[in-house]
Amino acid sequence: MFSLVAFIPRAILQGMPLLFGCTGETISEKAGSLNLGIPGVMYVGAICGVIGSFLYEQSCGGQVVPIIAILIPFLACLAGSLIMGLLFAFMTVSLRANQNVVGLAMTTFGIGFGNFFGGSLMKLTGASVPSIALSATSKCFRKALPFANDCGAFGKIFLSYGFMTYLAVAIAIVTAFILTKTRIGLQLRAVGENPATADAAGIDVTKYKYFAICIGCMIAGLGGLFYVMDYANGVWSNDAFGDRGWLAIALVIFTLWKPNVAIFGSILFGGLYILNLFIPGAGMATKELYKMLPYVVTIIVLIITSMRRKREHQPPESLGLPYFREDR
Amino acid sequence: MKEKHKHIKEPLVKLSRRADLDRKHSWSYRALAILAALVVDGIIIMLVVHMNPFDIYSTMFMGAFGTTRKIWVTLKELSLLLLISIALTPAYRMKFWNLGGEGQVLMGAWATAFCMIYLGDKLPSGLLLLVMFVAAIVVGGIWAFIPAVFKAKWGTNETLFTLMMNYVAIQMVAYFIIKWEMPKGSGHVGIINQATQAGWLPYLGSNSYALVVGFVVIVTIGMHVYLKYSKHGYEISVVGESQRTATYVGISVDKVIIRTLILSGGICGFAGWLIVSGSDHTITTTLAGGMGFTGIMVSWLAQFNVIVMILCSLLIVFMGQGASEIATSFGLNEAFGDILTGIIIFFIIGVEFFINYKLHFRKSSGKEEA
Repeated sequence: MFSLVAFIPRAILQGMPLLFGCTGETISEKAGSLNLGIPGVMYVGAICGVIGSFLYEQSCGGQVVPIIAILIPFLACLAGSLIMGLLFAFMTVSLRANQNVVGLAMTTFGIGFGNFFGGSLMKLTGASVPSIALSATSKCFRKALPFANDCGAFGKIFLSYGFMTYLAVAIAIVTAFILTKTRIGLQLRAVGENPATADAAGIDVTKYKYFAICIGCMIAGLGGLFYVMDYANGVWSNDAFGDRGWLAIALVIFTLWKPNVAIFGSILFGGLYILNLFIPGAGMATKELYKMLPYVVTIIVLIITSMRRKREHQPPESLGLPYFREDR
Repeated sequence: MKEKHKHIKEPLVKLSRRADLDRKHSWSYRALAILAALVVDGIIIMLVVHMNPFDIYSTMFMGAFGTTRKIWVTLKELSLLLLISIALTPAYRMKFWNLGGEGQVLMGAWATAFCMIYLGDKLPSGLLLLVMFVAAIVVGGIWAFIPAVFKAKWGTNETLFTLMMNYVAIQMVAYFIIKWEMPKGSGHVGIINQATQAGWLPYLGSNSYALVVGFVVIVTIGMHVYLKYSKHGYEISVVGESQRTATYVGISVDKVIIRTLILSGGICGFAGWLIVSGSDHTITTTLAGGMGFTGIMVSWLAQFNVIVMILCSLLIVFMGQGASEIATSFGLNEAFGDILTGIIIFFIIGVEFFINYKLHFRKSSGKEEA
């Protein structure tokens, strides 16, 4: 039986990592940087959180203090993603390297980094546990409002999540607001549309690009952290995160660079990912075809927007291009 | 702040574009970058496994070239990576970002496996190989043709389109893997036609991958000639330099884009054929192993120079094989190689900046300048 009350929370849980990734990537793309390293950044964010939390849980023997158990992986994740962001910004903005190549290299590196430490952490630290299962930390991350269960269907659909779900939505809304309604957002978009004009108007292009890339990466990294700590119950297994990073990039296009739309887009994509579980009679094979849907839909959106040529729906004008003041 | 300075503050470093740096200098810069990358990699390995750097690199060397078998595996990997880079090169010459190599290889592999499974017992071996070959190239070509048409007709962003096509391909192959799985429920296709070896590329003597390597050499030479000496090759570079010039001199840009992409995808499909028929004899969603992406980096880093492409591929494959040797002997995860390769690539990308730009430091005016 198809049950909406059971389906929606699971779709939301699937969607939130995508929402984090999508919001981060949108900020970066709005400043003209096509960061294809996002899948790698999300892996790095996740594994840094895992390493931080693993060391903490090992050192205190399972008796965790909730606030610290949340703060340590959170900060570790932000720091890891920030370093990846700085790397991308340094390579593409300061060294003017090609964004696609740097991005892909970062993804290769990031996924390798995640899988290496995910697979070797026990060995490297000499811990005597068979696998990484951070259930104590995960419990803190998943703590929902205490009265969620008493509110029936409403509570199940809206209140049953850990704090990071609400954080994702809040970040998306704030980002959408900043991008469209504030001066900073306007200047950021100017940098992405035409850096030369922005430069002439006195906007510090380099600064905007650096900040957009770094903040974008930090938000995206949280998506990885959410996946491990909340969705996967604190269990790390290599490659489990899969292609969600690319799905986040697809979501950016699907939502036409609008983080507020991405809130619903991410739930839709998340829903497509698990639709097979809720449709009776769908076999293992059909499941793979459902997973294809988000990409197909994204391609269709991409085609339609390019055919209609509506200006507000186009990718940022200078997306993917390096900027060198003296090249004009 | 601003009132304190009487004249405008001069930035610490000023950049200017270099006129072409001569080859000797630019290559010595690149060599230095690779050396620096190897040193950094060595340090990282040292920190992780506590070995001295010379032992590390000799272990890695043994991992890549230690036995005849290992040499052949390394050569095969090298050839495949080179082949995929070669396939992507004509597209880049045209400034068309084909990020879909992974999907095109996979679709070629899918077509190959399809023929092996459904025609394996119906056709004689030689004809079967030919059918597989044609099918792989056609399907790979189609996979690149789709984004090319939309790029040519409506200017649809090809970077994002080809990227998405990868995952459509992966999911499609995932679907067929479950359809074909042997035994049922295992989630694997297993070795196809193990008993009859129908559709397997024959081994030449004990040199198991000689044919694979041979094919790649032929394609490499062919592509070099095509790009350098044919009319098509000329048209590709004109379109890459400026689409307006191309239109002006009477080149049909749409046609060149579509034709070149079919070629690019077709060769990727060919790589898929080589992988399934010549080496793996099975199909998985990860069979391209990220080479579609690594190939992009190789192709771009080598600036379309075939010799450099070979060296680049060799370096990347060597690091991959070597790191997996270290990882296995220390019980670490195989992804180690990806970290090391990533670092090398960052260095090679980074050095391009110093080749293309010149730094002018501010003349120090009494104060200490860093």
